[in-house]
Formats: sequence, C-alpha cells, structure tokens
Amino acid sequence: MVHIKRLQESGNDLIAIIGEIDASSSIELDLTIAKSVGEGFTKILVDCSALEYISSAGLGVFMSYIEEFKDKNIQMVLFGMKGKVANTFSILGLADLLHICTSKEEAKRLVDELSV
Amino acid sequence: MSYQYNIGCSLSNLKGIREFIRNSLKDQRMPELELAAIILALDEMCSNLMIHAHHCNPEHLLELHIDVPEKGKLIFEIIDDGNVFNINQFSSDNINDLVHEKRKGGLGIRLVKSIMDNVEYFSQEGRNICRLTKKIS
Repeated sequence: MVHIKRLQESGNDLIAIIGEIDASSSIELDLTIAKSVGEGFTKILVDCSALEYISSAGLGVFMSYIEEFKDKNIQMVLFGMKGKVANTFSILGLADLLHICTSKEEAKRLVDELSV
Repeated sequence: MSYQYNIGCSLSNLKGIREFIRNSLKDQRMPELELAAIILALDEMCSNLMIHAHHCNPEHLLELHIDVPEKGKLIFEIIDDGNVFNINQFSSDNINDLVHEKRKGGLGIRLVKSIMDNVEYFSQEGRNICRLTKKIS
C-alpha cells in the first residue's frame, strides 16, 4: 500500500512516500525516519507529491519526532502535498507544528535556512 | 439509499473500507475535499475499533452501514459485538501534550470529531453502535 524511497542529495536525506499511509502501513514511515536519524542526517526532506492518503497513524509518526528533532537539531521539511492530504494536516493544526512547503526547491531552501 | 459492508478486524482491510465508502457516495456529488475527510473519519473510527475493541482479530466482524435518508444528510453506523469502546477516553489530550510526550496516537478520534457533525456511541440489543452523522453541501 505504501512504498518509501530514500536517496541522498547535497547532504539532505530525501524520503519519497508513494501511495497511502494508514494504520497498517505507518510503521514503514516510522522505520524510514528512524533509519535516517540513526544514520546521522540532520536535514530531512519528505516528498509527499505521490502521497495519496494519510490517516492519523501517519500524522502521529511525524508528530512523534517533533520533540526529538528539536533536541537533536534535526530539520525536517515536507513538500508537494496534494490538497486532500494537506487538509488532513490542517484539520488537526499539525500544519502549524511542522515545516511544509509547496515545492522541492522551496523545501531545500527552507531546510538550509533552518539548519544555520 | 443504504449500503452495508462487513469487514474482518484486520488493519489490512482499511483500504477496502475506504474504497467501499468512496463507491457508495459517488453519486452524492460532494466536493472531493469533503468526501476525502468523510472517508478519513470512517477509516479512523474503524481502525480504532479494530485495535482497541477487537485487538485486530480478523475473525471479529464490523458492520459498516451507510444511509442517505435525505439529500445532503449522511448517517454512518459501525456495529460490532466487541468490548465497549469509549471514544471519549481517547480524545481529551491537548495536541501540545501529545507532541511533548512524543506520542504517535491520540489524533484519530480528534479527527473524527472535527469532521463529523455528531458522534454517538451506544449499545442496543447487546450490540455496540457507533453512529456518525454528517450534513454535506
């Protein structure tokens, strides 16, 4: 149901989520982010352009890293969300607690600014 | 119009639930954002029941009923024979507390209550009924 790809670009860890994240598949997102953190990345970009659906289980994964990222000075920026996915983040007010951009270029600029 | 779908309590069935809801409501001509939010709320309610009332036992069944009693009004019922699931016990935490405690859960019922107009949970003839109502534009 979900396929997650990782690749490294200019010191950023780029995580691309393809498909749907619900209670049955959110563990894969969690493991991917944990792996990125475990490998020492401090700039994480999450490509949501092929993310078709996310439920609270997926939102909860992002939420659970907010404090850890503050403590470890890790920056994460999400980008490319479709309207219905962005709406899910907004309903709960999570859009205000995470860094969300429209385009990849914007996300790269923001993660660099936040890392200074 | 009314529709019914019986589902085993396995999280792998959530995708089928979402497809059933989308197909059942395709003639209602509501905006995609509104339909997506309704599908999300029902996914959340079903997954909470599967996890907390049925411990994801695929032999346990949920019945999902969708009723359109009049134009613009939707009634959803999820009926099961599991342990009573008190939805109010999962919805009281402040979101900043959840963030601070690094919790992954605690958002689902909040979403359901934000999206639906009314959420009731009661027992009738020995069965548990979760009834969600929504007016659509």
